[in-house]
Amino acid sequence: MPEKSSIAEALREGLREEMSRDKDVFCLGEDIAVPGGFGGAFTVTLGLEEQFRERMIDTPIAENGFFGVACGAAIMGMRPVADVQYSDFLLLAMDQIISNMAKMRYMSGGKIRVPVVMRAPVGATGRGAQHAQNPESLFMNVPGIKIVCPSTAYDAKGLLKAAIRDDNPVLMFEHKLLYGSKGARAESDAVDGSSEIPAEDYLVPIGSGIVRRQGTDVTIIGTLLMMHHAMTAAKRLADAGISAEVIDPRSLVPFDYELLVASVEKTGRLIIVQEGPRTGGFAAEIAAEVSERAADYLLAPVCRVASPDIPPPFAPPMENFYRPDPDNIVQAARRLVEG
Amino acid sequence: MTHDKDRLLSFYHRMLMIRQFEERVKMMFLEGIMPGTIHQCQGQEASAVGVCFALNEKDVITSTHRPHGHAIARGLSVESLMHELFGKSTGCCKAKGGSMHVGDLDQGMVPAIAIVAGNIPLATGIALSYKMRREPHVAVSFMGDGAINEGAFHEAVNMGAIWKLPVLYVIENNRYAASTSIEKMTALDKLSDRAAGYGIPGVTIDGNDVEAVYEATQAALAGARAGDGPTLLELETYRITGHSRRDPCNYQPPEERELAVKREPLGRFTGKLLEAGLATQAELDEIAAAVETEIDAAVESAKAAPEPLPEDALEDVFA
Ligand SMILES: Cc1ncc(C[n+]2csc(CCOP(=O)(O)OP(=O)(O)O)c2C)c(N)n1
Ligand SMILES: [Mg+2]
Repeated sequence: MPEKSSIAEALREGLREEMSRDKDVFCLGEDIAVPGGFGGAFTVTLGLEEQFRERMIDTPIAENGFFGVACGAAIMGMRPVADVQYSDFLLLAMDQIISNMAKMRYMSGGKIRVPVVMRAPVGATGRGAQHAQNPESLFMNVPGIKIVCPSTAYDAKGLLKAAIRDDNPVLMFEHKLLYGSKGARAESDAVDGSSEIPAEDYLVPIGSGIVRRQGTDVTIIGTLLMMHHAMTAAKRLADAGISAEVIDPRSLVPFDYELLVASVEKTGRLIIVQEGPRTGGFAAEIAAEVSERAADYLLAPVCRVASPDIPPPFAPPMENFYRPDPDNIVQAARRLVEG
Repeated sequence: MTHDKDRLLSFYHRMLMIRQFEERVKMMFLEGIMPGTIHQCQGQEASAVGVCFALNEKDVITSTHRPHGHAIARGLSVESLMHELFGKSTGCCKAKGGSMHVGDLDQGMVPAIAIVAGNIPLATGIALSYKMRREPHVAVSFMGDGAINEGAFHEAVNMGAIWKLPVLYVIENNRYAASTSIEKMTALDKLSDRAAGYGIPGVTIDGNDVEAVYEATQAALAGARAGDGPTLLELETYRITGHSRRDPCNYQPPEERELAVKREPLGRFTGKLLEAGLATQAELDEIAAAVETEIDAAVESAKAAPEPLPEDALEDVFA
């Protein structure tokens, strides 16, 4: 049996393959290519500088600047992969992402392409309020950016390669607890996101979700860490006689509503799990869309399991309260199904 | 300038307090009994103490992801810091902040900002409030060498300069931003040369010499209080511990590191005190014993303090 790869390894191999295949692909970010360094905050780019000296660019700490640089290079046909160490720092690059990357094609009347990939780690992991946010929802409100959220190593590699080959800005959110980073960069409380990776080249199409577990009573949808928590919850629900279907959308933009609506038509119930504040989150968006498309099939109101409307707190008891867990999902499912 | 013995011993006491606090925290972190992540300042004690000891009670500092030394130098109790690091409700931020956000505005320190350079505009704004209300205080922004390449640095320093605000911008140049060396991030020889671009004075000094730091800060503050506007003060130093957590620092050349360890501020200052006959070993030992006792007590009380309740997370969002 082939060995399993962690998400960090899968992303690294995805970058290596795409950089080998296409000399226009390059990476830029902070601490990504320092000999003896970290390989980015979570070891994803570790060692790539040995193979691609000139295409692994360490930047100063200047997120708005180097995301703009990535945009500039991209409109000339390069394929930059820009990363931030924590997704919270996307906020500093917001202007370049939203004003330029997302709008360049539209403003040019469809003439310009912006093939940028952005990578950003999310999740509350004991670091306090400014290194813990899940800003997916903020960017979903910006037309012109595709958003992907791999929860397994297989998807991470396939989606990254698809994103690099895509002619649009693609923002990839990755979860700190799923990377499987090793050594000094390992996370306590990590959750296994590893997969077997095929030897041959493959892509995971952007905008296509996947059914992770079949069920008939309730559909549970979640991305990244929340997908794993949904699977754990589904196993527990099975013991309690409730059959849960688990869907991993893998992309938030475009969103695979066909898959989700078909599932809800079968189960009649939907729980959307979201790490990040409830109000104005992507769960609300999915709930609204499904309520419109599957109104006649819903046996119960669509239910959100999300973080409360607070900044991520530091201390573990409060942080655990902030981050949805399998218990929260099990309780929500029992309420929906058992009434 | 010569300093009286009490002042010299107070420098020593506080620098040692920072060093021992950091060493103890590191040990407990590696043992796994402390949650979260840590960024420590071993080797940079002189900059924290030299700057903060030159401040008046009402002056305010803003700090970074590496704030423990600034907090101790500013006068926050090691107890309130230790409790925060342990995630206890009795910590200086009620366990909502953690290591990267320690601070207490009542004690002249805004909760530290972990977004690199995000704290610099705050200092400019604090100084603006002093100017508008005609208050005689000064704001100080600490920052690392890495912060000066963020847009926020440029925007904030420029506003401080054009409005002639009572603010001091302090770069602790420890030669690295995480793993990336200063040479990779700027084409300057001296970071204080940036000051010319804003029309303000720029000063570079040995940041491991606590007396020199104190004097340079005093001079800059005198100008700021007199209405001359900001100074950009570069303190040359070195971080003799990891960037964060368990960083083994493999990106630092061993020779460079060894030299830096020889020049670290606490050992140097101790040597000077003893050689110049400014203090006896017995006096220093007594201070060290007092520091140990205080840290022991902080650790014990932090371990015994109550954990926050999960629902406590819901409080403090709005005023
Ligand atoms: C805006 C932003 N980008 C990146 C980071 C991640 N990060 C944390 S500390 C650090 C290096 C900072 O270097 P420097 O300013 O020199 O301070 P030092 O760590 O040396 O004290 C980086 C890149 C961050 N916290 N904020
Ligand atoms: Mg530095």
